[in-house]
Amino acid sequence: MSEEHYLELCENPVQFEHASSVNNVFFDEANKQVFAVRSGGATGVVVKGPDDKSSVAFRMDDKGEVKCIKFSIGNKILAVQRTLKSVTKNASVLGFCWTNWNEIVFITDQGIEFYQVFPDKRSLKLLKSQSINVNWYQYCPETTVILLSTTVQGNVLQPFAFRNGTMCKMSKFEIELPVVPKPAKLSLSERDIAMATIYGQLFVMYLKHHSRTANSPSAEVVLYHLPREGACKKTHVLKLNTTGKFALNIVDNLVVVHHQSTQTSLIFDIKLKEPDSAVNMHQPVLPARSIHPYRIPLAGPAVVPSQPPVPCQLYSSSWSVFQPDIIISASEGYLWYLQVKLPPAVILLQDKGKLMDFLLRRRDCKMVILSVCSQSTGEKGSLPVVATVFDKLNQVYKEYLEAEQTYTAAMESGPSRGSAAQKRPVRTQAVIDQSDMYTHVLSSFTERKGVSHKFIIAVLMEYIRSLNQFQITVQHYLYELVIKTLVQHNLFYMLHQFLQYHVLSDSKPLACLLLSLESTYPPAHQLSLDMLKRLSTANDEIVEVLLSKQQVLGALRFIRSVGGHDNVSSRKFLDAARQTGDQMLFYTVFRSFQQRNQRLRGSPSFNPGEHCEEHVVHFKQLFGDQALMKPSTV
Amino acid sequence: MLMISPRMASGMQEKQYTPSLLNFFIYNPTFGPREGEEEKKILFYHPSDVEKNEKIRNVGLCEAIVQFTRTFCPTKPAKSLHTQKNRQFFFEPEDNFWIVMVVRNPMIEKPNKDGKPPTVEYQEEEILDTVYGAVVRECYSMYKLFNGTFGRAMEAGGVELLIQKLEKFFYRYLQTLHLQSCDLLDVFGGISFFPLDKMTYLKIQSFVNRVEESLSLIKYTAFLYNDQLIWSGLEQDDMRILYKYLTTSLFPRHSEPELAGRDSPLRPEVAGNLLHYGRFLTGPTNLKDPEAKFRFPKIFVSTEDGYEELHLIVYKAMSAAACFMISASVELTRDFCEQLDGLVGPQLTLLASDICEQFTVNRRISGPEKEPQFKFIYFNHMNLAEKSTIHMRKTASVCLTSVHPDLMKILGDINCDFARVDEDEEIIVKAMTDYWVVGKKSDQRELYVILNQKNANLIEVNEEVKRLCATQFNNIFFLD
Repeated sequence: MSEEHYLELCENPVQFEHASSVNNVFFDEANKQVFAVRSGGATGVVVKGPDDKSSVAFRMDDKGEVKCIKFSIGNKILAVQRTLKSVTKNASVLGFCWTNWNEIVFITDQGIEFYQVFPDKRSLKLLKSQSINVNWYQYCPETTVILLSTTVQGNVLQPFAFRNGTMCKMSKFEIELPVVPKPAKLSLSERDIAMATIYGQLFVMYLKHHSRTANSPSAEVVLYHLPREGACKKTHVLKLNTTGKFALNIVDNLVVVHHQSTQTSLIFDIKLKEPDSAVNMHQPVLPARSIHPYRIPLAGPAVVPSQPPVPCQLYSSSWSVFQPDIIISASEGYLWYLQVKLPPAVILLQDKGKLMDFLLRRRDCKMVILSVCSQSTGEKGSLPVVATVFDKLNQVYKEYLEAEQTYTAAMESGPSRGSAAQKRPVRTQAVIDQSDMYTHVLSSFTERKGVSHKFIIAVLMEYIRSLNQFQITVQHYLYELVIKTLVQHNLFYMLHQFLQYHVLSDSKPLACLLLSLESTYPPAHQLSLDMLKRLSTANDEIVEVLLSKQQVLGALRFIRSVGGHDNVSSRKFLDAARQTGDQMLFYTVFRSFQQRNQRLRGSPSFNPGEHCEEHVVHFKQLFGDQALMKPSTV
Repeated sequence: MLMISPRMASGMQEKQYTPSLLNFFIYNPTFGPREGEEEKKILFYHPSDVEKNEKIRNVGLCEAIVQFTRTFCPTKPAKSLHTQKNRQFFFEPEDNFWIVMVVRNPMIEKPNKDGKPPTVEYQEEEILDTVYGAVVRECYSMYKLFNGTFGRAMEAGGVELLIQKLEKFFYRYLQTLHLQSCDLLDVFGGISFFPLDKMTYLKIQSFVNRVEESLSLIKYTAFLYNDQLIWSGLEQDDMRILYKYLTTSLFPRHSEPELAGRDSPLRPEVAGNLLHYGRFLTGPTNLKDPEAKFRFPKIFVSTEDGYEELHLIVYKAMSAAACFMISASVELTRDFCEQLDGLVGPQLTLLASDICEQFTVNRRISGPEKEPQFKFIYFNHMNLAEKSTIHMRKTASVCLTSVHPDLMKILGDINCDFARVDEDEEIIVKAMTDYWVVGKKSDQRELYVILNQKNANLIEVNEEVKRLCATQFNNIFFLD
């Protein structure tokens, strides 16, 4: 069942010297750097970041045990904490966070202090501070928000936001505890709270354990939405349906909940609506599965080259989990990024509508979605499912097109005053346009053997229906595909009816395609002419078609009715008239152009540029000189 | 026996008689080639109570005429014979099988004074060959739709079976022929299409495809609204005759419940938790009836290599009707019908109200009141599309027109002129009664317009028709 593991550890983990009695390991969530500090730094500090650029090695004096070590943003300044107590006050320093390359926040059990660092002067300037009893804190580097646990029970959380030298106190909020202890004691653990951004919004995630007394049979994750401004609100509840030890990650906007005792993980999508439950209750998207088995690569430091890769113990108790998507095994010296694999979802999620909703919100979804399309249009496909899949796709496609259109319109109307310049809409992988569908799904599907043509046509029409429903202009090549398929199966009458109801929209290429069908299906001629007429920009083509059918008078009457008579080439008409061998027709056409010449230039004769000399000769031969129109003498 | 419907003429004590059916017979000369065996040639004869020798004489006469005219043109023997009192139409639908229809000319009966018998004046030139020729051909097509070819009956059970089938079919069918109201529309045998926007049309497509997918027994589907066609899975010629049957026979017979509207005592069916108004027009009238029979009419349609026999299920919800056709080799069960009812009923009801809504919206936008009311007939030979503002709604018994028969005859005459040449043409006629009649032919399309403008001149009439074309036919290639 290896194809069902929908989570995996990244292939190239960050490797570092594993923790030991002489080597302390620290992780900085802000820069995602692992610090391996040997002997308090005297024998070396090796910093490994997510990429080689952020890796550094240096030495520093051993001035005692290192409690915490972090670079400021951009590796500009290094801060090291060696004792619990700060010098100035009699307060315990709980930790510090860099909020900018030169701004640092210290969190003590008695409050929070925000400093600016002047590295050249080797001094700090206090920007702001706030006294408050703090149990513990959490930092979300993405949003530079620090969350403080306050009060005796610890369940009143006070967030602070930092930006460009300012510290902003956000509204505090209270986490509902399953049981209120008496007497009051610290009841909310730092381990049960995590901060992360999901779909661009900051959330505080609270792992609410089950409690026998509170009559909650299983654990759940409660999400509190923390807006920049305004009050924090409890918005989502993720049902875990089990109990035990859990850890949280956020991957691709999915909440991943690891369960240690069963060695499995669950994923939740807060945007996936559960039709059968209250609005913000969520069940796992997919059944619980373990992370894909992982083998420690050969090149690893702990492995002798000749040995085969060793299976890595997943969900080990030595794992530490960090937001959003980091798993660290300090004892083995690895830092992994957790990743979501989408193909297993296709197997595990039977409801195709829900599957599409899920996939369309994922980052690398395109190929998987296209494979779902191919699958749905395969042998076991059913039209209602196909319709749902198309509608979901086109909804996203339409939203993108509209955003693009608004952007273009805004750009054309010049830079708008006051408001910030509009951003060009990002085309995510979820935007699957007609050319994607054509290339990856429909063109091969229509060629597939063993699929009935009825089904093929039904699927194509369903796609066209869906595009129309979202008012998306259908591309010409889709119509061509429909026509090709219909013609292949001799379903001309069906084609005729589609055209009759303008299901296949008018275009010059389509009209030409129809013309080419005339020999196998004569009515295509009429359909094509009608289409050219409706286009109203294809008068020349209509004339060509009529002349090629030797309908010279018809062509002449047509061009006159649309007012183009004065500009057409007389030679073209005379050629065609002569070719019919009908002398009277030639006479009529010839005289008609002579009249035109008279009207336009005051003389019935043809200009040399019109190249009608041979026709004049021919006319004289047939009808004699006296039949030529004489110049009027007015 | 004459079927006469007298019509009172103005003022005078004259009686006017419309054209009526005198005889209708089918024969095959190869079935009784020897003398004394002539009766064997006759497969069907109406009226049946005609004396045997007269039947033989009439058949013999037709045979002789056809034979005689063949000497002038072997490939095109006579199609009709004009006499003072009647007109005969000959049609050979299959090799050696001849259908002959004898129509009595319309006549005027003038009373005479002094107790003398009234004088009868036959109007020999009033009826058109094209119209009644088309009626005969349609008789055959209709027979073929429900029975297959004559040849098929011969193969299955010889002459006896064929005679039986002809008797059974034509006995009833001839009673439904209304020769007095036949006109140009019978010549066209067209199909009226329901105007619909693209999106609603695609929804119907989607519905048809889904039903055909879930009830895979269904081979073909046709979809109609308001007695007008929207979709046909059948080929054009088959659809043409099926459409004729549906709109002139089946639908009119079932029209009353619809006319009563939604508030009628006709109660909606409940399928699952969905209300629906679907019901079978063919087959079982009430699915819940334990005695219900699940027999449907069978029809024959053409395939690439001959014919196939199909069950015809016609299912209707409000004004939307869906025809489902299933191979006759399958036996249809209660189970299947219930499944179809449960699946199609709710969806069709929904679609019907969708279409209705769309239709009303479109009407409001286009505002038909503002348009000048033209009386016209349009026909396109390519897709058989027909449109008439002259004809009222067809019913089972009569086809009402809003113009005088004389004008209809002029239309028919123009049509005959058009049929003679391939070129595009335009004919403008000033009728006796101040009406102008205009016929236009462009490629495969024909348009006939009747204008009631007393003092209009030719130019004005021409302008008026141009205006009509610009408003009604601006989206097709129709040469002025």
